[in-house]
Amino acid sequence: MGLSATAMTPLDHIARRSAWRPLEIVFWLLTLLPFYLTPDYLQLASQIAITALFAISLDLILGYGGLVSLGHAAFFGLGAYAAGLFSKHVWGEPLSGLLLAAVITGLFGYFLSFIIASFRGLALIMITMGVGQLMLEAANSAGKITGGADGLQGVKTWPLFNAIRFDLYGNTAYGYSLAALFVCFLVARRITNSPFGLSLQGIRENSTRMLAIGAPNNAHVRQIFTIAAVMAGIAGALLTQTTETVSLETLSFQRSADLLVVLILGGVGRLYGGIIGAIIYMVARDHFSGVNPQYWYFWIGMLLIAVVVFLPNGLLGGAARLAPKSWRRES
Amino acid sequence: MIGPFIGVLYDGFAYGMLLFLLSVGLSVTLGMMNFVNLAHCAFGMLGGFVTVTLINDLQWPFLATLPVAFLAAAVASVVLERVLYRRFYGKSDLDQCLLTIGIVFMSIASAAYLFGTIQQPVQLPSWLRGSVTIFDRGFGVYRFFLICVALVLTAALIGMLEFTRFGAQVRAAVDNLRMARGLGIDVDRVFMLTFALGSGLAGLGGALAIDITGLDPSFALAYLIYVLIVVAVGGLSSIGGSFVAAVLLGISDTAGKYYFPAISSFLIYLVMVGLLMWRPAGLFGRR
Repeated sequence: MGLSATAMTPLDHIARRSAWRPLEIVFWLLTLLPFYLTPDYLQLASQIAITALFAISLDLILGYGGLVSLGHAAFFGLGAYAAGLFSKHVWGEPLSGLLLAAVITGLFGYFLSFIIASFRGLALIMITMGVGQLMLEAANSAGKITGGADGLQGVKTWPLFNAIRFDLYGNTAYGYSLAALFVCFLVARRITNSPFGLSLQGIRENSTRMLAIGAPNNAHVRQIFTIAAVMAGIAGALLTQTTETVSLETLSFQRSADLLVVLILGGVGRLYGGIIGAIIYMVARDHFSGVNPQYWYFWIGMLLIAVVVFLPNGLLGGAARLAPKSWRRES
Repeated sequence: MIGPFIGVLYDGFAYGMLLFLLSVGLSVTLGMMNFVNLAHCAFGMLGGFVTVTLINDLQWPFLATLPVAFLAAAVASVVLERVLYRRFYGKSDLDQCLLTIGIVFMSIASAAYLFGTIQQPVQLPSWLRGSVTIFDRGFGVYRFFLICVALVLTAALIGMLEFTRFGAQVRAAVDNLRMARGLGIDVDRVFMLTFALGSGLAGLGGALAIDITGLDPSFALAYLIYVLIVVAVGGLSSIGGSFVAAVLLGISDTAGKYYFPAISSFLIYLVMVGLLMWRPAGLFGRR
């Protein structure tokens, strides 16, 4: 954007993008507040952190790579089941479970990325949706292993570092999920502010031109898809470990669709969008769905339409238009 | 051995006809405007609920409710097209998906609010119930009726597209939108009518589906996946392709449920993903 105006080199551009803004540091400090302000809602806070991580993972492929996926829950659920089965049959040490889930979803994502990379448009949407449904049906059919519709029972998570127990109030759960979210966020931030991240945005904006300047589009898409799969798997594993159960719902189409709502609500292609969207969505759901979960989707639907019609760049995009120019992010 | 096979073929064909009615409109509108309308099955659900209400609350005869179901879905779709969809032509796939998923969510919640989440009971007239026995095999009368209706409608659709002025305008708009505009065809009007027709057919399909698939608020989402499979496999804006894809899907789904009940849905998705990987533009797609 500002390249020609200020005659920056690409490296200057990246350096400027990747500098930490004061607002970001304030934001991450604020994430510690729930420990003191709302100790009764730490389980919810933990769920929010997990959803935020899941949303960041989708943002990497959707907001940066420009690939629409309606089946991202496939990785979330795979990670959740991997961590759950590992804890049930091997041991319940959380960090190794997380690592295993990450490796498994990473392998699956890498395998799948070869298929994904060569499709665009409707075929891509249908294939991702089909893969998501395939995973759901597979988990449903393999009831002996996964527990089918009853969910996977008997998951036990050992204390963190063999010392910190997962307590009823969710102190550990939130701390654990938040730490995982922060680490993954740092990775995602580093990726998006790298030459690799820029080339991804190039693919999103104009893939033909990227090919013309010699960028290996398919390889880039495969890489980011695999990374996103790993993050989604970690999010799923976190959910398993903090709730000590896995249900088929982790793989459902609903979860993929909800995730899109979260990300669109917050704003696509700006990492924080997923986090803000997760906070608003989960808090609102906690408040309103208690009334009647059936009608909750009426408001979600209306919200979705309103955001698409009035705030094409999500809440953060809308806020960015109001903010003073010096705060604005170049992207 | 051969007996059950013929039964599966018959039921599967009838099911395929149903899927064809539900999906043919989406196939044409998607091909013409490149608009990903995930709310297509919501119009089908609307048709179904119109029929249920008319039969159960107003004691209308079943056949008389079918045109009303068609009209209700067509009118609702035109209103939505005018108010919302129109702004999103030419926008990204993602925006269109989100907008229409939002409509699906709202329609599901509204249906649950108005009708409850239970399966809607519907009483067919006696001449459509029961089955006819030929060579020791029972053939459902209603399925025969369904097949006849669908075949007549298919013939009418193809006739309209091939031999009328309106059909020629539709084909021109599908082939080359800008060129059609340049020739002075009112593409917006053509599209609106096509959209209404397609949604109306979905509404009719929804009304006809009640006896076979049942009707509850999840219809809009549950059958969306089947409809999208038909469209994706059959190829955009190809009536013949949609027909073949719907029949294939109907028969393979019925056969899967009969021979491999445990993994039937798994097989359907596997076949779809496989077919799309082989031919991303669909079996009969041109682009």
